[in-house]
Amino acid sequence: MTDFIISGPEFADGTRRDLFISGGLLVDERPHGAETINADGLMALPGLVDLHTHLREPGREDAETVESGSLAAARGGFTCVHAMANTQPVTDTAENAEHIADLGRAAGHVQVVPIGAITKGLAGRELAELGLMHQSRAGVRVFSDDGMCVMDSALMRRAFEWVKPFDGVLAQHAQDAGLAGPGACCHEGELSGRLGLAGWPPVAESVIIARDAQLAEATRSRLHVCHVTTAEGVDVIRWAKTRGINVTAEATPHHLYLTTSEVIGYDTVYKVNPPLRTDEHVEAIRAALADGTIDIVGTDHAPHAPQDKDHAFADARPGMLGLEQALSVVMETMLSTGRLDWAGVVDRMSAAPARIGRTTGQGRPLAVGEPANLVLVDPARRAAVDRNASASLSRNNPYHGRDLPDPVELTMWRGRVTHRR
Amino acid sequence: MKHLLGIEGMTFDDIQAILATAEEMHEVQQRPIKKLPTLRGRTVVNLFFEDSTRTRSSFELAAKWLSADAINVAAKGSSASKGESMRDTLTTLDAMGIDAIVMRHAGSGSVAQAAGWVKASMINAGDGTHEHPTQALLDAHAMLRNFRANDLGTLEGKEVVIVGDLLHSRVVRSNALLLPQLGAHVTLVAPPTLLPPGVGAWNVDVSHDLDAVLPGADVVMMLRVQRERMLGGFFPSEREYTIRYGLTAQRLQKLKPHAVIAHPGPLNRGLEISSAAADSARSIVLDQVSAGVAVRMSVLYHLLAA
Repeated sequence: MTDFIISGPEFADGTRRDLFISGGLLVDERPHGAETINADGLMALPGLVDLHTHLREPGREDAETVESGSLAAARGGFTCVHAMANTQPVTDTAENAEHIADLGRAAGHVQVVPIGAITKGLAGRELAELGLMHQSRAGVRVFSDDGMCVMDSALMRRAFEWVKPFDGVLAQHAQDAGLAGPGACCHEGELSGRLGLAGWPPVAESVIIARDAQLAEATRSRLHVCHVTTAEGVDVIRWAKTRGINVTAEATPHHLYLTTSEVIGYDTVYKVNPPLRTDEHVEAIRAALADGTIDIVGTDHAPHAPQDKDHAFADARPGMLGLEQALSVVMETMLSTGRLDWAGVVDRMSAAPARIGRTTGQGRPLAVGEPANLVLVDPARRAAVDRNASASLSRNNPYHGRDLPDPVELTMWRGRVTHRR
Repeated sequence: MKHLLGIEGMTFDDIQAILATAEEMHEVQQRPIKKLPTLRGRTVVNLFFEDSTRTRSSFELAAKWLSADAINVAAKGSSASKGESMRDTLTTLDAMGIDAIVMRHAGSGSVAQAAGWVKASMINAGDGTHEHPTQALLDAHAMLRNFRANDLGTLEGKEVVIVGDLLHSRVVRSNALLLPQLGAHVTLVAPPTLLPPGVGAWNVDVSHDLDAVLPGADVVMMLRVQRERMLGGFFPSEREYTIRYGLTAQRLQKLKPHAVIAHPGPLNRGLEISSAAADSARSIVLDQVSAGVAVRMSVLYHLLAA
């Protein structure tokens, strides 16, 4: 295994020193015979951690594989992704979870941590084998029916109770199925009315967050709210945190950056669930991410093949890519606006997601004795995004053609270079 | 004009030109021999992903009376169910070298999407709950003819009241964009559950009280209410809907002497419109149907021959 000296990087706290890497760990002595990586003018950050990634394997290997998706993650500066359970078959057994973890290890680009389904087949009727997934080699701790909301309150309560002994967390896709049914595909408002697209009202998100927060309080268990998109949802989370309820929340890059006006041309690249919102909601999400009401950025990287997008807007699959531009978007919306400093970015994209997922060895400070999981970024570099210059197998990239920061120079996972520009 | 995707996107001149030519086409319709040679050698495909009788046959007659070759493709449930993308369905037809595709689809915006994929001219024959531009044009045409026949002038200053399930209606969106441009004032009437979000920003007035607005109406346009909407809680019962929002025989008495009744069909007699209203001398429902062919001949002429 190659040893490394990373010379001259600046850290999130503004200090500057060389990093020494040997045997996959950060060490305090300059290793002999090491490769030197010149990091003059670059910043060294802990490797990013995504708590919300769709890798599509098994089942839709034409859209993404563990190999292609985790390589895209490395190119985005990630050293760990959590793979959502809505594959075919669904990750609802220990065997399925271990299979995904094994595929991740074989690919070798980032740590791939499977997320287990809360209910069998994401059907919302019976609990999946939550404990067996946890005690498997995959060590599942995050459970989610993402894509579907667990509507049955009693089942949700039982799930909270079941995962509590092993410190599991339920990551809910908060969408009341009656208020925002399967056809809902556009933020409900003036635009949805004009475009004739079925509306997805903000209250469909906030009522579920409120219910789940109270269930989490009653069971003293842990709730994580996936992709919060509304000011109403933020208000409820803020209230829950004030009460001391164990709730964390996530914002996606696209909900920090894009607004519902993107759907005016019915371009299905911009179809995503929950939908893009208005400026006021985007502002509320940015403010909440800045003040910590929203704890993390999760990409909701959702690759889709052309045949799943080339339909009428209402019929197209929802979802957009995110791994490769996540840091770019957070820099553009949070850092350059002064809402977060680099330490804040590291917290929201590395430390906090690892803490929520209890992901050992990830999201750690760049300190001696820690695993060498890091990313070198050029804070000044910008470029127009090219959807074809992607490791993902899919091209549903909403940032195509936009001028954004292009920071990631090198990613290292456990002392191995997994991406280099 | 290359495509007709909606009233939105049409210039005032486009609208005037189509309405003017529709008048000429209307005269052709009255002749014993209706065929014009204008579009000989041109091909029009009616691509209907949703069932339709009147709109499809109206477009088919319009194409045939202009001597275009017209074929009908019933693609109901085609794309997704066969595993074919909508884009593939469109580009496959387009590759056959046709001139225009008249398309209806349950997806809002689908015809505009299609226009980005094909070389042919796209004509929107109803896209989801978005627009139905030829319906609005034919509504205007039928109203204008009626006003002229009764020495009532144009649409300038006229009060058009549109009543019904406006949330799920593509007809209302096109009419709310078109009629104010022609000088009419539009009032939308619906229960709050059946109004589109953000309707306050439209160039119309909104009311929940049909009885209050009927006496001022020059045109009352009743839109279809689907019985299935009851299941979604959009209204409590047919009885309550009819009593609160239907054009009943009693409500007919409130209309001004020259006020007319329009309905794009198909009619739900006894629900949104009583037979007394539908069959009264005020009804221009069949004039709308006949105006449909003239307006669609005009549209085909402007897109393919002008």
